[in-house]
Amino acid sequence: MEEKVKEKKEILLQGNVACAQGALAAGLNFFAGYPITPSTEIAEYLAKNLPKYGGKFIQMEDEIASISAVIGASLAGAKAMTATSGPGFSLMQENIGYAYIAEVPCVIVDVQRGGPSTGLPTKVSQSDTMQARWGTHGDYHSITLAVSSVKECFELIIRAFNLSEKYRTPVILLMDEVIGHMREKVTLPQPEEIKVFNRWKPTVPPEWYQHFEINPHFISPMASFGEGYRFNVTGLTHDPLGFPTAKAQEIKDKLDKLRNKIEHNINDIVQVKEEFMEDATSAIFAYGSAARSARQAIRIARQKRIKVGLIQPTTVWPFPDVYMEHMSDKLELILVVELNQGQLVNEVLRTNCGRARIRRLNRYDGELITPDEIFKRLREVR
Amino acid sequence: MEQMTKITYRYLRTKKKFPSVWCSGCGIGIVFGTLIRAIDNLKLGKDQIALVSGIGCSSRMPVYADFNTLHTTHGRALAFATGVKMAKPELSVIVITGDGDGLAIGGNHFIHTARRNIDITTILLNNNTYAMTGGQYSPCTPFEKYGTTAPFGNVERPFDPCDLAKGSGAVFVARGTTYHVIQLQKLIEKAIVKKGFSLVEVVCHCPVIYGRLNREGSAVEMMKWQRKHAVSIESAQRMSPEKLKDKFLTGVLWDIEFPEYCEEYEKVIARAQGRS
Repeated sequence: MEEKVKEKKEILLQGNVACAQGALAAGLNFFAGYPITPSTEIAEYLAKNLPKYGGKFIQMEDEIASISAVIGASLAGAKAMTATSGPGFSLMQENIGYAYIAEVPCVIVDVQRGGPSTGLPTKVSQSDTMQARWGTHGDYHSITLAVSSVKECFELIIRAFNLSEKYRTPVILLMDEVIGHMREKVTLPQPEEIKVFNRWKPTVPPEWYQHFEINPHFISPMASFGEGYRFNVTGLTHDPLGFPTAKAQEIKDKLDKLRNKIEHNINDIVQVKEEFMEDATSAIFAYGSAARSARQAIRIARQKRIKVGLIQPTTVWPFPDVYMEHMSDKLELILVVELNQGQLVNEVLRTNCGRARIRRLNRYDGELITPDEIFKRLREVR
Repeated sequence: MEQMTKITYRYLRTKKKFPSVWCSGCGIGIVFGTLIRAIDNLKLGKDQIALVSGIGCSSRMPVYADFNTLHTTHGRALAFATGVKMAKPELSVIVITGDGDGLAIGGNHFIHTARRNIDITTILLNNNTYAMTGGQYSPCTPFEKYGTTAPFGNVERPFDPCDLAKGSGAVFVARGTTYHVIQLQKLIEKAIVKKGFSLVEVVCHCPVIYGRLNREGSAVEMMKWQRKHAVSIESAQRMSPEKLKDKFLTGVLWDIEFPEYCEEYEKVIARAQGRS
């Protein structure tokens, strides 16, 4: 008998579809969403394909309902996500806050378009970067990833689910109109190459179980509804059992826990991609679709013997503080390229503390920034 | 009475978070006790119940009960419950909401959850006001009644929650009161057993907030008002329109059959997998 040799196949794939396929590979079994450009293809793909895997898709009455259903499903044991764009992302903010305080794993994809308000439904933007960090009210700590290619859509949605399940927190995946709608040649990993992480389940009997247990890891094992644990979940600030509290120490412990579970695992969460950085004296800092143009600009610059490299954070929140502090010592110049009026550049300035020269290049007219523009700006500021 | 208290006690998180937030004389405790007796009578296990609520006085109910309990954001209980039900259809999902939570901020979810006909039992405690925040007028404050934000009388028309549910596609609609507890228990039991979206509106007295603002008297007087003005749908058929003028109807107001959402979605899965 002939043994079938698995070959890695190159395929042409749209960013939104790659995101949906990645979610399925990560074990997604519940999706709730509301139609919105430029994210709709994710919902359409999952409406068709999620039930094939026994999962469930529902189109809710609005984005508030979508994120609510996602949280409810996750509490009942599902791996759940929603996908939207700026206006829908704004509507979801209150309940994203709920997912932070109630420590509910879920993934929110924001395929960014221009804003504010209805803005530019069919045009590219990276202007929700700060909203992903500070969108909902109160003290909390966001995990946000950003993609710059179709392949990354597939890879990073899996990572988003894994981080979400591991740290019992919502994770935001920032895409944008260009990546979402772009078709690119990709080679996807085989199923056996994909690492999937599932939430820790309790090992104690129900009477010992604390849904929000405070332990040295700051991550509490999570039972689902209907498994015999009968816990309470609330958006009110709560004690380890999940009951509303007004005690100062319990309130502080809860908020410290939300921070510590992120801060104590920062090395696991933060990822930065580098290119041409070995001998670089200057760097372009770019994420999302701006990083694509930056990559090409660097190739042009390298041909002209300019020692420039690319810093592409795939984790934008928490911001790679330690890494960037190190870069500020090492580099003379950092050019921050964003498709907004300047959002992450302020984080670069904060971590830089006046060491390297920080320059910026912003485009926010709905068009993708070109490699030529970036190269021109690089020559200007050198 | 002792018997009833014993039943209720078995379902409470007695060691955890008592006393409750409710004012003395409040009607919510009556509904809570009635709900527990209904669940007990139906012999549903504690693990099988998911009690979901939004924000407000009535929405504090789940915290005190030993079920799978979910206290969500303002108005969103039905949307959260939809996710819970879809992910675990074997759970009996019961939503506790109020007139403000369920019909103002949550009005959109209310009509759409009813339209979808997902198997969720909604118990809407209608006290005609936003009591937790101190008595502002709600979508169910009667015309010309007072709220702290309607100091000269309410000039908006109130919703009839039962009509709204019926018009939105609910398959089971009933109304009870905090006075008629035996009837209320039966209505809640029927609603839980019914497949599809069911609503039980409970006319719930609120003597401390709404009652004071509108000079309706004590809890006892407000319940006497309920006794006087509630007419069962069966009795109403024998009464003249003249006599029914200032009355409201109680009992099962609407009961039809329609395919339930989660069951229909199982067919979608079967179709997608090429099994049918």
